[in-house]
Amino acid sequence: MTEKIRVVHYLNQFFAQVGGEEKADIGPGFKEGPTGPGRALQQALAEHGEVIATLFCGDNYFAEHAEEATEELLRQMARCKAHLLIAGPAFESGRYGVACGAICQAAHERLGIHAVAGMDEENAGAALYRKNVYIINSGDSVVRMLPALQRMVILGIKLVQGAPLGRPAEEGHIPRGIKRNAFAAKPPAERAVDMLLAKIRGEPFKSEIAAPQFHHIKPAAALRDLSSAVIALVTDGGLVPEGNPERMEPGRPTRFTTIPVEGLDRLDPKQFDIVHSGYDTAFANQDPHRLVPLDIMRELEQQGIIGKLHESIHATGGAHAAVENATRIGQGIAERLKSAGVTGVILTST
Amino acid sequence: MVQICTMIPVAKEVGSLRAMGSGGIVSPTGNPELTPEKEKEFRRDLVLRALQILKEDVRE
Repeated sequence: MTEKIRVVHYLNQFFAQVGGEEKADIGPGFKEGPTGPGRALQQALAEHGEVIATLFCGDNYFAEHAEEATEELLRQMARCKAHLLIAGPAFESGRYGVACGAICQAAHERLGIHAVAGMDEENAGAALYRKNVYIINSGDSVVRMLPALQRMVILGIKLVQGAPLGRPAEEGHIPRGIKRNAFAAKPPAERAVDMLLAKIRGEPFKSEIAAPQFHHIKPAAALRDLSSAVIALVTDGGLVPEGNPERMEPGRPTRFTTIPVEGLDRLDPKQFDIVHSGYDTAFANQDPHRLVPLDIMRELEQQGIIGKLHESIHATGGAHAAVENATRIGQGIAERLKSAGVTGVILTST
Repeated sequence: MVQICTMIPVAKEVGSLRAMGSGGIVSPTGNPELTPEKEKEFRRDLVLRALQILKEDVRE
């Protein structure tokens, strides 16, 4: 007979029956055997495994002391000789979801314990940890506790046994963005035509490519008066000072550079370079104003048409930018500009 | 923010709400085929249009 899987279950203070929001400051704790939803977990595991222990931590404590809490919980897991960590499900509770993701990632990366978390796909923890952690999409309602735990167990057992996994939709987990080769019954051309015919007939079809999802952006209010506006120039076309001292990446950017231009009337081609792997930079290298219109902006400032040109240009090389990195770069630039009192931005893109 | 770019549908897709056409991929605020004087006029016109867009509300 095969050995039973030793399972530890992570819960927040509420589900571990320690207390509600008033106990959210409580530090990591340990109980023998299953607690609360752990009983449903044990039921789902049936003869395959045993809930050895319940680990828990207050939502606020984890949020404020993530490192200490993780260390203590890992110590307990190692002591239990756990094979599998089941965390949550946390449904739509953000702090709980983030804790579940963090503890699953740490357990797997540092102790080699297989881990499955459960939470709603909109939970902040899902956005943060879906790439590194198997997260079953539990939906947002506690009513779905049992089916969520059942799917977490099925996936957990497969992971422990090293069984092959199906596609995320089949396993019920949030896609981790991992690509795997697979054999298809039909060649791509036939599949594409099938999809097209289904689309024309108004029938459902499923694309084989997951399109990245973008969030709704609220438009900034219009500038009422240009003559008092502070305008900044930003580009994703790869402007750098001559010689690229910061070694900005020509593609797949992870950061941006800040180029001081106070007092400059023009961008001298001898003092600037263009570093970008996504387009022919010869024309912009000849005359950087083809990428960043500093000359015109300085004139408009002197003519009083705009209030002030911001003292720095922010630049990155936008070739093959991952949406996640691009978002972070954009937010970083926006924070700088906002704190500097900039009221408007012209972004030039190649 | 106003974005001077070539691939406006891509800009809109990622949530760039004030996007306008540029001088091209390799010269967003220029046109190498023009004389330097004409090119600067072209750039001035682009920038003024961009600033005008900043003054207008975005219809959602």
